[in-house]
Amino acid sequence: MALLEVRDLKTHFRTDDGIVKAVDGVSFSIEKGQTLGIVGESGSGKSVTCLTIMGLNPKRNTISSGEAIFKGENLLAMSSSRLRDIRGNDIAMIFQDPMTSLNPVHRIGAQLVEAIQLHRDVTKRQARARALELLNAVGIPRAERRIDDYPHQFSGGMRQRVMIAMALVNDPDLLIADEPTTALDVTTQAQILTLMTDLQKDFGSAIIIITHDLGVIAEVADDVVVMYAAKVAEHAPVDNLFKRPHHPYTWGLLGSLPRLDADVERLVQIRGQPPSLLNPPRGCRFHPRCPYVMGICKTVEPELLPAGDEADHVQACHLDVATKDREAAKVLAGTMAEAS
Amino acid sequence: MVRYLARRVIWAAVLFIAVTLVAYVLFFLIPNDPAKLVAGKAATDADVKRAAHFLGTDRPFYVQYAKFLDRLVIHQNLGFSFANRQSVNSIVGNAAPVTASLVFGGAIFWMLLALPIGILSALRPRSLLDRASMTFVLIGISAHPIWIGLIFAYFFGFKLGWTPITGYCDFINPSTDCGGPVQWAYHLVLPWATFAILFAALYVRMIRANVLDTMNEDYVRTARSKGAPEHLVLRSHILRNAMLPVVTMLGMDISLALGGAVFTETVYSLPGLGKTAIFGLNNNDIPTVEGVIVFATLAIIVFNLVVDLLYAWIDPRIRLT
Ligand SMILES: Nc1ncnc2c1ncn2[C@@H]1O[C@H](COP(=O)(O)OP(=O)(O)OP(=O)(O)O)[C@@H](O)[C@H]1O
Ligand SMILES: [Mg+2]
Repeated sequence: MALLEVRDLKTHFRTDDGIVKAVDGVSFSIEKGQTLGIVGESGSGKSVTCLTIMGLNPKRNTISSGEAIFKGENLLAMSSSRLRDIRGNDIAMIFQDPMTSLNPVHRIGAQLVEAIQLHRDVTKRQARARALELLNAVGIPRAERRIDDYPHQFSGGMRQRVMIAMALVNDPDLLIADEPTTALDVTTQAQILTLMTDLQKDFGSAIIIITHDLGVIAEVADDVVVMYAAKVAEHAPVDNLFKRPHHPYTWGLLGSLPRLDADVERLVQIRGQPPSLLNPPRGCRFHPRCPYVMGICKTVEPELLPAGDEADHVQACHLDVATKDREAAKVLAGTMAEAS
Repeated sequence: MVRYLARRVIWAAVLFIAVTLVAYVLFFLIPNDPAKLVAGKAATDADVKRAAHFLGTDRPFYVQYAKFLDRLVIHQNLGFSFANRQSVNSIVGNAAPVTASLVFGGAIFWMLLALPIGILSALRPRSLLDRASMTFVLIGISAHPIWIGLIFAYFFGFKLGWTPITGYCDFINPSTDCGGPVQWAYHLVLPWATFAILFAALYVRMIRANVLDTMNEDYVRTARSKGAPEHLVLRSHILRNAMLPVVTMLGMDISLALGGAVFTETVYSLPGLGKTAIFGLNNNDIPTVEGVIVFATLAIIVFNLVVDLLYAWIDPRIRLT
């Protein structure tokens, strides 16, 4: 049994302009100790997917459906007190922006101690010792002195380390990291990623990591979900995705990766803007931006199916597999089809 | 910290000189002779001169001001009233507790109203409670305190007879007719309410807005993601942050309210600083008026310092430099 199995997850927000379908039928699963990467453009519903799993969307205007089965229990259907037991204990989350994710008026030690004492029946002193252990583990220099500092006394990278320490403090089985490195500079990014993978080895947690950056995915993920406009466009083991990408949107993402060996001029950007989630395009949601668009794409929504012979590599595109393989080969060689 | 305090004290001294000096100058611009008042209606020119000499008003104004400063700084003495020869120290000493009761009691009163209403309407926006409280805010902000005072006095005091309309009872020293905490509060309920309505309205609005803003902060989501129960999220994460600007505003508004107390004291004839100052002004009683000004200035300076220290204590991001 998978550690977490998400089935047909939908999250819609009621807004003044209408219903925003931020997540519209997303399914995936993740095993113990594995890393799942979720990539996609800004606004494709990556964060909302994870917030829905954690039950952290604003209650007032959210409608969610589908299932998120975690160790046999549906997170979307359980009581709020049971969900609170799981949050921070079995599933922990690291957020996109380390600058605003820590409470400015509490010492970081107190924030870690709170995380521990919410789930463990330990004294303050024991909790503090554990907090210190984690701060050392995430590489905060002179942690025993800095534990009583306030968040504003830390840099962005250090705050993200604190967030990671706080997330790992109760040994969660699943760690959800929502763009943990986006707000940081390149060197710090690399350090944080290494830190997360090292800690994963030590703690044995499964990780869901959200990112815009295929480079990050290549480095840490076992499995990749490519999201486009609230839906899954492609889902494959990481090697497969990089060797034999099936979806034109994935090609676009791969094509826009800077390559040292190819002519920079040929860098491909995906044309146009992501579609509105209030009123998504009919048929395939990617068709208005797709260089390979066919008649069928404008009316029939493609299903998420294996294109070739690997059952664990699914994609939602009407192109035939021969064309896919040919075009994918061009993209990987650094030349996107002239159709774009 | 030491440098901060030193700077604050120097500032306070400058402010103090400026305020008292301006008050003095204003008095000399008013064409009125306190000596005439003191000497009485039937006094001869010689009588008035003698009175002026006795009061010291025949000297140039800078000499008077210097003497005033000397008395104040060296002897902590505010002088004697021109009107009734009482020590201004004791006049101010009697009036200050009345005003303090009014202002601080009023502040507690308005916060007791504004906190629960503001928080609850932020937690349930667009609910019936929220709409009702917004209506209250609108009324509270649009109505003038004097009008509210008169309406309150008429209905609750006169028509319903629930509360006394005038007078003040001492908190500690019971006089013959009244005294003690119960009578004290009983006599102040109407003034407090009058005084508090406007501020309560402003604070409901401010608290509601702050709580609504803070609820959407990322760190509140972090707290929930740790598994914190809602009451803890509200208390330790939302309110703790949402109240920071409220504390600053409270500090400023209490100083402001000291000025506003003049109206309330007049409506309910409370023998506080405001009423004393007005009485002094009407009688050209410079020492009394100056005494009130000196005391109020000092009180506001000290109070602001306390608020700043308190603020630095509750918000770790503030550094006192
Ligand atoms: N509470 C909400 N109410 C209304 N709309 C929302 C809400 N939260 C998210 N959305 C909308 O849902 C869509 C998906 O947002 P989401 O944050 O999941 O994007 P994302 O893929 O994480 O993007 P990014 O890479 O920029 O973080 C966006 O269009 C966003 O505006
Ligand atoms: Mg996001």
